[in-house]
Amino acid sequence: MAFFEHFGKYTLFLISLFKRPERQKVFFKQTIHEMNSIGVGSFGIVSLISIFTGAVSTIQIGVQLISSLVPEYILGRIVRDSNILEFSPTITSLVLAGKVGSNIASEIGTMKVTEQVDALEIMGVNSANYLVLPKIIAGLATIPLLVIYSMALSIFGGSLSGVASDLISVDNYIKGLRTDFLAFSVTFALIKATTFAFLITSISAYHGYRTEGGALEVGQSSTKAVVYSAVGVIIFDYILSEILLSV
Amino acid sequence: MIELVNIKKSFEGRIVLDDISAKFHKGKTNFVIGASGSGKSVMMKCMVGLINVDEGQILYGGTDFVKLDYNEKKTIRKEIGMLFQGTALFDSLNVEDNVAFPLRMFTTMTKEEVLERVNFCLKRVNLENVNKLYPSNISGGMKKRVGIARAIALNPKYLFCDEPNSGLDPLTSRLIDELIKEITVEYDITTIINTHDMKSLFVMGDNIIYIYKGKKVWEGEKSQIRTADNLKLLEFMKASEF
Ligand SMILES: Nc1ncnc2c1ncn2[C@@H]1O[C@H](COP(=O)(O)OP(=O)(O)O)[C@@H](O)[C@H]1O
Ligand SMILES: [Mg+2]
Repeated sequence: MAFFEHFGKYTLFLISLFKRPERQKVFFKQTIHEMNSIGVGSFGIVSLISIFTGAVSTIQIGVQLISSLVPEYILGRIVRDSNILEFSPTITSLVLAGKVGSNIASEIGTMKVTEQVDALEIMGVNSANYLVLPKIIAGLATIPLLVIYSMALSIFGGSLSGVASDLISVDNYIKGLRTDFLAFSVTFALIKATTFAFLITSISAYHGYRTEGGALEVGQSSTKAVVYSAVGVIIFDYILSEILLSV
Repeated sequence: MIELVNIKKSFEGRIVLDDISAKFHKGKTNFVIGASGSGKSVMMKCMVGLINVDEGQILYGGTDFVKLDYNEKKTIRKEIGMLFQGTALFDSLNVEDNVAFPLRMFTTMTKEEVLERVNFCLKRVNLENVNKLYPSNISGGMKKRVGIARAIALNPKYLFCDEPNSGLDPLTSRLIDELIKEITVEYDITTIINTHDMKSLFVMGDNIIYIYKGKKVWEGEKSQIRTADNLKLLEFMKASEF
């Protein structure tokens, strides 16, 4: 029951966001600011995660392929596909659910409990539109880019570990990367990334916006934001794979 | 002038505002006094539309605010300035941008005009050379002043102050009180002040409403308060050492 109640309130919350902004210029500035905070601010952590997922996935897949009859270059192909299809979009988004999600929820939650949201409303500003919509737009604009960056970096990380652990030669790795490449896998990853971006920013904003009380409740909202965003990412990962990948 | 006509509000069956009618006059400091939890903040939030009343009318110069739709309410809200109990300054913006916020949002002023107005308002509340500081780096009294400067930036007709001197030392409290009084008279604003600080009432009050457990039990002018015969009010004043 609680799920349906939340789902209903979340939907109403989303509807309330989509109003024409008060001031185009202020709204635009706010969006740029959020793109910087969400996108550029996550660059470091995404780089680190991507290199390591690429490196680890190469070793694990490589070890399983050893002494089988498959040619060496196939490793490059599998690493490419698993990182593009799954690891880059999903792991990046899960990490961002933690970083960006908690950030959004605690920022909006704090504004809520210190009456800053009320102050906006009194002035005649639609607070949900002003505070939340720029974050969602910024997420939709930057998270897919981070995912593309993550793909490139994880494939690069894979080459490093693959060569370092003698699982594959650089030439074979590159040959593998070029074998049977389907452009649709990148499209699929971007569809996932865009969906996840929307889920993370909107679910976190929803929890921030519902905060009432004080510092303790802000912390709780922040936790809820991370948990529900992560669950949303995983569930939609499955749904999208089911719809778009399985024939 | 703002007039309340029989407003009622309850939360989950618990009555918080019980049939309150009152008038708040132009160019005056209209005090709402009462113990903590008596319903002062809820009443103020009802008046500005942050909380919806269950029954009754809230008349702004004759227009019933309760019946207006969101956009019509917005028009009245642009004439309202509010000083929040915790100041509610935007943490992410510095002093200058806090005061400039309503100007950038609702006027077509140029950059220079905005800055000029910001500096004028900050000067009016006796704050200078703090433009670039952030709310977390200024004192409680300064925050209140920035809050007042932000509230008056758009030349409001109505000024709401919820416990303007809570958390301030007595000296700073008096300065804030004087400031609110001066601004009220100078710009002919309808000012409404919630407080339980009897000192500030005696320093600057014009009209007074006393609320006890959600009911208005006394109203009058400052000069009448010492001769008031309401037992609850006397008790409240006695507790405040007056
Ligand atoms: N949003 C709310 N939900 C339920 N009860 C509330 C809410 N806001 C205020 N109250 C209750 O209304 C009463 C009056 O509160 P308030 O107006 O804040 O008192 P004060 O006179 O100290 O400002 C209190 O008992 C408070 O618990
Ligand atoms: Mg109060």
